[in-house]
Amino acid sequence: MARDANRRRAVRKLAVIGLEEVYLFAGFVFAGFAVQSARDRSNPRRFGTAAFWGLFSTSFLLGSHLPDSANGALALALVLLGGFHALGKGGERTTSEADRRASATEYGNALFVPALIIPATALLGTVALKNVAPGGMPFIDAKQATLISLALGVAIAWIVALLWLRPRLLAPLDEGRRLMDTIGWAAVLPQMLASLGAVFALAGVGRAVGLVFAHYIPFDHAFTAIAAYCIGMGVFTAIMGNAFAAFPVMTAAIGLPLIVHKFGGDPAIMGAIGMLSGFCGTLTTPMAANFNIVPAALLELPDRYAVIKAQLPTAILLLAANTILMYVLVFRFGAHHA
Amino acid sequence: MLTLLGVGVVVLGFLIRINPLLVIAAAAFVTGWAAGFGPVAILVAFGKAFNESRYVSLVFLVLPVIGLLERYGLQERARMLVARIPAATPGRLLVAYLALRQMFSAVGLVSIGGHAQMVRPLIAPMAEAAGEKRGAELSSGARFRIRAYAASADNVGVFFGEDVFIAIGSILLIKGFLEQSGVVVQPLELSLWAIPTALMALAIHGTRLLLLDRWLATQTAVVPSESSP
Repeated sequence: MARDANRRRAVRKLAVIGLEEVYLFAGFVFAGFAVQSARDRSNPRRFGTAAFWGLFSTSFLLGSHLPDSANGALALALVLLGGFHALGKGGERTTSEADRRASATEYGNALFVPALIIPATALLGTVALKNVAPGGMPFIDAKQATLISLALGVAIAWIVALLWLRPRLLAPLDEGRRLMDTIGWAAVLPQMLASLGAVFALAGVGRAVGLVFAHYIPFDHAFTAIAAYCIGMGVFTAIMGNAFAAFPVMTAAIGLPLIVHKFGGDPAIMGAIGMLSGFCGTLTTPMAANFNIVPAALLELPDRYAVIKAQLPTAILLLAANTILMYVLVFRFGAHHA
Repeated sequence: MLTLLGVGVVVLGFLIRINPLLVIAAAAFVTGWAAGFGPVAILVAFGKAFNESRYVSLVFLVLPVIGLLERYGLQERARMLVARIPAATPGRLLVAYLALRQMFSAVGLVSIGGHAQMVRPLIAPMAEAAGEKRGAELSSGARFRIRAYAASADNVGVFFGEDVFIAIGSILLIKGFLEQSGVVVQPLELSLWAIPTALMALAIHGTRLLLLDRWLATQTAVVPSESSP
């Protein structure tokens, strides 16, 4: 464990800003949410809320230096706090709708500028900043360019907005907390699901599902194999919440042995359309919480599954389209036919 | 086969709407137990993965900035902007966003967009304003459906745009896995063969977004606004 932490520290020193610095920034922001929640007497569950974001903050500040068992206990504590309704909603220390309309007229379209600094910095960072190395040490860790640029963009936009709009110094934290409270415990769902995915992988759930598909479905015709592969990618992705987990399993069970080797299909076409069939599954599942559940909370929708319901017909039609596309293309095109 | 019990726990838990955090924890322990791990080993594996996937939660860093701009009327400004465009409808606006999101993703710019950065502060209010423009007040059902579709446009756009870019994670995973199995393919081939599905996604979801306008028209016809001229 200690050696692991040392290795991580050594990797960090290869760039001025690495992922660890971004985690520290996030840790301080979440700590700010926790402190402001604890001080908010209008939140009926202010200490539960503060404990939740405090633990979340601890994970970002110290997670790299804690043993795995401590991180596991921390995750379990978050589950218990979130699962048993320890979180409440704080009072909204924000402006009224009339204030906002007046302010929107006063500041005009310039209000979009700080919001657009974030994607603009992400773009610039991903394209250009990767190669900047003053004095030989890279400014950012190129492997994490997207995430680091996102954090840099937030920091720049934060400073610009503070200097320009001159709110109370703690206003960004209170406004951030207002949005965070609308998401609540669902905010940690994506990370929890990623962890469940790791336990699934460790236990060999993927292999078991692959066996089920390979053993119980007859494949005497190329179309059956293709339909089983595409639909299997969709369904398995929906179960795991992630097409990356489904792809190796389904491709090893059906894709390569049947579509490529037995029926002579092109592996590039199979792989490309197979992965995209998995993405159809992503559209349908609460397991892909960051795409489907967190946005429903963020948009203050009363139905947790509203985004999934909006996507479900598209997912089904597109999965059917993928199956037909693969059947039409995989045997006729591509550079890999034997 | 016993390891599939955890999958059953997840499906059942989501179906009967138990708190998902409790479902996940239960599924992790059932799966680990079925595979012969002790509770401590499961906790260690879970904690390690939780720590290593912290990057997923970094998106929440944008909330203070977005919240602050909302305080000064960002959503209202986005609404005002749309109110000036006579041709804007929720469906057309979301089709435009879907197409742009796909195009940006196809050239590797997946970070332009996103639910916290774009959909909540800009796209959803714009689509709602486009729906309100025809004089009728939106019912809360209509409002919620427009928002849900705004989120769906972002998801469909990025999912079925990003694979057209050769250096995205999923393309590299396909290449890597096929290579391990002795089949060498080029990233360019993979991204080329992602294009037919990308076009189908635009056609299917684009059509559904335009049908949203038709649905909204039936909604406002049933409940006419008393204040419209």
